Amino acid sequence: MTDSVERQSWVVKPLFWQLVSFALFFGLWELAGRWPISFAFPPFSKTLVALLSMIADGSLPNAYLSTLQPLLIGIVLCSIAGIGFGIGMGLSRAIEWFSLPIFIVLQAAPMAALIPLITYIYGIGITAKVLAVVVLAAPVIVMNSYKGIRNTNPSLIQMCRAFLGTRRQEVVKIILPHAAALIFAGLRLGLAMGFIGIVIAELLITPTGIGDLITYNSSVADYPRMFAAITSIVLFAALAIQALERLERKIFPPEIRGSENAG
Amino acid sequence: MPVDAIVQVKDVGKIYEGGVEALADISLALPQGKLSTLLGPSGCGKTTLLKIIAGLIPPSRGEIWVKGKKVGGPGPERAFVFQDFALLPWANVVRNVAFGLELRGLPKEERDAIARKYIAEVGLASFESSYPHQLSGGMRQRVGLARALAVDADIILMDEPFSSVDEQTRRKFQEELLDLLRHKRKTVIFVTHSIEEAAYLSDQIMLLSPRPGTLSKIVEPNIHREGRSPDEIRRDKNYLDAVDEIWQILKHYV
Repeated sequence: MTDSVERQSWVVKPLFWQLVSFALFFGLWELAGRWPISFAFPPFSKTLVALLSMIADGSLPNAYLSTLQPLLIGIVLCSIAGIGFGIGMGLSRAIEWFSLPIFIVLQAAPMAALIPLITYIYGIGITAKVLAVVVLAAPVIVMNSYKGIRNTNPSLIQMCRAFLGTRRQEVVKIILPHAAALIFAGLRLGLAMGFIGIVIAELLITPTGIGDLITYNSSVADYPRMFAAITSIVLFAALAIQALERLERKIFPPEIRGSENAG
Repeated sequence: MPVDAIVQVKDVGKIYEGGVEALADISLALPQGKLSTLLGPSGCGKTTLLKIIAGLIPPSRGEIWVKGKKVGGPGPERAFVFQDFALLPWANVVRNVAFGLELRGLPKEERDAIARKYIAEVGLASFESSYPHQLSGGMRQRVGLARALAVDADIILMDEPFSSVDEQTRRKFQEELLDLLRHKRKTVIFVTHSIEEAAYLSDQIMLLSPRPGTLSKIVEPNIHREGRSPDEIRRDKNYLDAVDEIWQILKHYV
């Protein structure tokens, strides 16, 4: 009994404090908007009304359709090529030798600075946007896959060899299952980077989708709508990442993961 | 070399990258059906020697002969029990025990049936679908032992199998191990740093000196174990003599 009571209070308390934190945040926003801090800063209530009207008139759903398309294409490309490349880097010394330094630099570099260059080369179409997503998301996806492979418990590999496993069995039955959790975590981090990439692309390259809503409403001084667009993309990204994290914990509970979170 | 030696270590030396000499000129004969122990202080290369016999580490010099043939890698006649258990965290007990057979391509039903038999023998019958993280250290090592038994190798190589297990579990496990292996007539090569454990379990104890490891002495406790309780064995004069003899040698290395 005490066990379940304790567990309940563990679950209830964080939820309660999370709600308090949200209420406090939106309350302060409302106050700051009414004060007002700036003519361009609308209170929470007006932003919420603007958000609902944008959903009702279809402008927000349409914006999401055009924003999510290059994001998804970019992330799918990264998952296939990036994970493949990361695994290759982890398994082969030769691939590691010539590509690891590049990815270490790419992961540390402010990749957003490359976006004007992408526009210069690929123009303002969907290719440029997909590329913006790829450029931001790929390094973390590749590096996580690589680290996942490299972090394989050497004792398990020795065990596989002692029981006469072939190199192929070693990869399929030990190394890949061991790396799966880290690879998945890489995808989640890659998606977070992809959101940054797509919004920057829409603000800098072609005003479409959410980026267009932000730029357009800012230029016509409809600040509640501009803030509604900003808030919605922030919440959307946060919820998407959170959902992936839940999924990750469900598929790879910490107890059965090969590696502790090394990424 | 005795005729009944199943494993022969001939002039084996090992120098690691960076020039650390772990073993120098070791020659040994390990008798069939007996339990031999490699005993020595930390850093004497006993685990290195065991892994060379297993074919997991290549020797820098010398040769390993198993059943009259020179070997250059792991083989089906040798099975290894790891110090850190080396269980797949994402696989349950049955799959872990059957893993050696899985690697050999046995059909699932067949290998699971064999695995269940050995799981019962090591006393884990009700834990077949548990995962390693749900088991204690002693139980995990039983899984490791069952995995080694399941591939039906003649030689079981054990690398400090009880070092991460508490004392009570250790004693109980030692006794069961003795029963099981004598019953199956396996040849066991066992690495430990515990003098009592070596004297209690072994037919033959090979003492290694540290850095680089060389064979300093072979002790044969010659304890009559048949039909005697563990406590009787631990009061046996030959057991106590063996413990003392080993200590007299090892204390010079401390």
